[in-house]
Amino acid sequence: MRYLLYFLPLVIFCGAGVAFWWALDSGRDPSRLPSALIDRPAPEFALPPIEGVDTPGLASGDLATGEVTLVNVFASWCVPCRAEHPILVRLNKQEGIRLVGINYQDKPEDAARFLEELTNPYSRIGADPQGRVGLDWGLTGVPETFVVDGTGRIRYRHVGPIHSSEVESLILPAVEEARK
Amino acid sequence: MIPELGHFALILALLVATAQTVVPLWGAHRGNAAWMAVAGPSAVAHLLLVTVSFAALTWAYVVSDFTVVNVVANSHSAKPMLYKITGVWGNHEGSMLLWILILAVFGGAVALFGGNLPPSLKARVIAIQGLIGIGFISFTIFTSNPFERVFPPPLDGQDLNPLLQDPGLAFHPPMLYLGYVGFSVAFAFAIAALLEGKVDAAWARWVRPWTLAAWVFLTGGIALGSWWAYYELGWGGWWFWDPVENVSFMPWLLGTALLHSAIVVEKRDALKVWTILLAILTFSLSLLGTFIVRSGLLTSVHAFASDPERGLYILMMLIFVIGGSLTLFAIRAPTLKPGGLFAPISREGGLVMNNLLLATATATILIGTLYPLILDSLGGGLVTVGPPFFNLTFVPLMLPLVFVMGFGPMMAWKRTDMAGVLGRLKVAAAVALVVGLATLYLQNGGPLLAALALGLAAWLFVAAFTDLAAKTKLFRAPLADSWSRARGLPRSQYGTALAHGGLAIAIAGMVGSTAWKVESISVMQPGETKDVAGYSFTFEGVERLQGPNYLSETASFTVRDGDGAFVAVMTPEKRLYPVANMPTTEAAIHTRWLADLYAVIGDKEERGEGWTVRIYYEPLVPFLWLGSLVMMLGGIVSLSDRRLRVGAPRQAKTRVPAGPAVQPAE
Amino acid sequence: MIRRLLAVGLIAGLVAILPTPPALALMPDEILDDPNLEARARALSRDLRCVVCQNEAIDSSNAEIARQMRLLVRERLVAGDDDGQVMDYLQARYGDYVLMKPPVKPETYLLWYGPAVVLLLGGLGVAFYLLRRPKAAEAAEPLTAAERERLKRLLDKEDA
Repeated sequence: MRYLLYFLPLVIFCGAGVAFWWALDSGRDPSRLPSALIDRPAPEFALPPIEGVDTPGLASGDLATGEVTLVNVFASWCVPCRAEHPILVRLNKQEGIRLVGINYQDKPEDAARFLEELTNPYSRIGADPQGRVGLDWGLTGVPETFVVDGTGRIRYRHVGPIHSSEVESLILPAVEEARK
Repeated sequence: MIPELGHFALILALLVATAQTVVPLWGAHRGNAAWMAVAGPSAVAHLLLVTVSFAALTWAYVVSDFTVVNVVANSHSAKPMLYKITGVWGNHEGSMLLWILILAVFGGAVALFGGNLPPSLKARVIAIQGLIGIGFISFTIFTSNPFERVFPPPLDGQDLNPLLQDPGLAFHPPMLYLGYVGFSVAFAFAIAALLEGKVDAAWARWVRPWTLAAWVFLTGGIALGSWWAYYELGWGGWWFWDPVENVSFMPWLLGTALLHSAIVVEKRDALKVWTILLAILTFSLSLLGTFIVRSGLLTSVHAFASDPERGLYILMMLIFVIGGSLTLFAIRAPTLKPGGLFAPISREGGLVMNNLLLATATATILIGTLYPLILDSLGGGLVTVGPPFFNLTFVPLMLPLVFVMGFGPMMAWKRTDMAGVLGRLKVAAAVALVVGLATLYLQNGGPLLAALALGLAAWLFVAAFTDLAAKTKLFRAPLADSWSRARGLPRSQYGTALAHGGLAIAIAGMVGSTAWKVESISVMQPGETKDVAGYSFTFEGVERLQGPNYLSETASFTVRDGDGAFVAVMTPEKRLYPVANMPTTEAAIHTRWLADLYAVIGDKEERGEGWTVRIYYEPLVPFLWLGSLVMMLGGIVSLSDRRLRVGAPRQAKTRVPAGPAVQPAE
Repeated sequence: MIRRLLAVGLIAGLVAILPTPPALALMPDEILDDPNLEARARALSRDLRCVVCQNEAIDSSNAEIARQMRLLVRERLVAGDDDGQVMDYLQARYGDYVLMKPPVKPETYLLWYGPAVVLLLGGLGVAFYLLRRPKAAEAAEPLTAAERERLKRLLDKEDA
């Protein structure tokens, strides 16, 4: 019994070693942050439209429509948003997924120019110039995209731009899941 | 050509290290004196080769040889010479080479100054040092070669990160590594003792100076890092409980425990197994620190490029070194003979208390630092373990420790008359009480903990020097008598008093800056005056200046005290390093000894002439740096004690033949 | 090839201990007029983690999102929330991750009670060690007579 005690440091170290191995091997990114909002109703908010853009504004009531909605947070100053834009257009036009936007900390004229240049796939866009609603969504940066189901619950969160490879592997399955 | 020479020397060093490990270990196992004798010369050759390699890289930096990738990435021709040299270790590859150099220096030192070690112990210690060398040299050669070339060479380099172009940070890594790597000697001694199957007083006496030297360096390294954060990060914080800080603090805490438990082994032949374990764990934590810092496993305010390949290599090395040594410990430690007995109330008892608290504190920090990783690996989600956790758990462990430190050194070995000890500390207790109550009164309902901690600091400080006074019979015997007693007192006694007193001073600094800091954040117009903590700061304006490799916006403040008398002109700066395209802030600090005045400028108003200005009054912060220096001084004074001198006495070597008297017990 | 080498070099340059650029953190325009509320806001923002930063509280971070969070904390305080409500508000949106002091719950029992357990077990170990029966120790003979003789000579010489 007493001899087992001498193995205690080794046993503890082995435990730590396994955790280290896992952390290196799984490619764990320590700065990635899971959303606390998954499977919870989208936050309460009401945002006006962007000044000078025809698309209507966005409020929480617009999300519980019985249809799965992609909520995309974007800004004209955000370079990855430009890269991701054609993919959002494709998801909306080809896959027929309802797409709404939150324009985060942007100037109305810049946002208008952005949408004019790259086309506007959003059926509703809420302007959040102060970034206050972004905090309610647990935002950590732009772009971010949320899949909201027909009852207005957040089902999936995508941090950063959606790459074309991620459409098939992540976004469409999440939308499919939300439709159930 | 010279970089290739460096590379070649490093490869040769790897081969020599292999010989340094294999031959003496086999020789010691077989009792072959000739094979054991290979240890010393090979350690010296190892040192020479690594020195050549390091010198070659330094040369590439000094002459700005932009055919070397490492120099391109971390240097620039316009950089001041000091930072060209310190840039050698301001990056991953170069800092690994520094690690290796310091390891080789310690290995060489054991070979050169360990003349009176029993041959088999010496052979094994040097072999273990060589083994660690193999791990790090191969890691550097295979994953992080600093001598890689680029063709065609670029016209100029990308410059060293401006934050590293700073005296505090330039010398922080070498000090830290001297500490980390210094513990490798204690580790090698521990492994050698397990192989020999014997730990005795002589063993402890050989281990202590190395541990003490490592401790002094690590204390300096941590203090330098802290000092750097204080003046560079721009808001006067000096400790953040960040993973990277924690991994340097853990070996310090455990190394401190080791330092004290080795005394018990030396004087009383007790705590042997525990001391061996401490020596293994202290160095293991140093390795763990290197691993965490370079693998990017944990998030830290200090940014790292994480490279999974390197991480995996270090992890395997970690598993081999730590796992191997703990296995050896588990198998061999039970065979060590138990040591002497003592009563709970005794010097040994006090040191055991010290070890219990320090080890628990280390475990606490280890749990807190690794918890997010471990919880995530078990699928428990992400949590943050921040400063509030550490303050809540660490501080309560330190308060009793400081209390025990007060009377510990006065206790007698084996059994102590506690009433007698406490009787001598009446003055210390009275001073502590007065300081605590006065603090409580002066801060007028401020934090109770601050008063308690400051009282304890006073207790420790007075107690540390009461011990000296008692031992020299100061004021009780004629002064001349005291003087001769003082001269006769071993230096290690002064070292203890200084180290403990230094900690007391540092604690006062920690308490002051945490509890009574005054802060003013505002937009100031040129000509405007602001009163902060009884000083008036007049903002004179901002000038644009050009530095050697940066542009600067330098503000100037005239500071006057409460009576309107001139105190100082303070000039905080904002710098832009164009090559790295990176801004830095340079705080202006004017020390009043009992407190620092600290000023930082931010951005200019978008409309208007005002600037964002932060002014801090940092009470007692200078004590923090003073205390650290006194602690280091205590360590150095102890090291200079004849009985502890590195390598132990020369004369003994000549007069006492290392004959059959000291043979392995096997 | 050159590109790859330069990329290697660039990555290497980012290693070592490079803290993020100096934090400018709290700006004058964020400070509340009411000193009591402001003091509470400061205390809270020291216990909230900036979600995009590396282990930094929002109080000392100069990230934009940290500024948003500082403003939110103040907004909630002005609206009359107590400290717990403010923390709950942010925790509901960002999870436990945002709290510098993790909540006490089954997943963190080991974290919060671990140190006490270590101290307790260590204390028990010490107690057992100190209360060992003397027999075990008396049997110990750590040094051979010859070794002791040599050690004594060494010690005497140096102490002299």
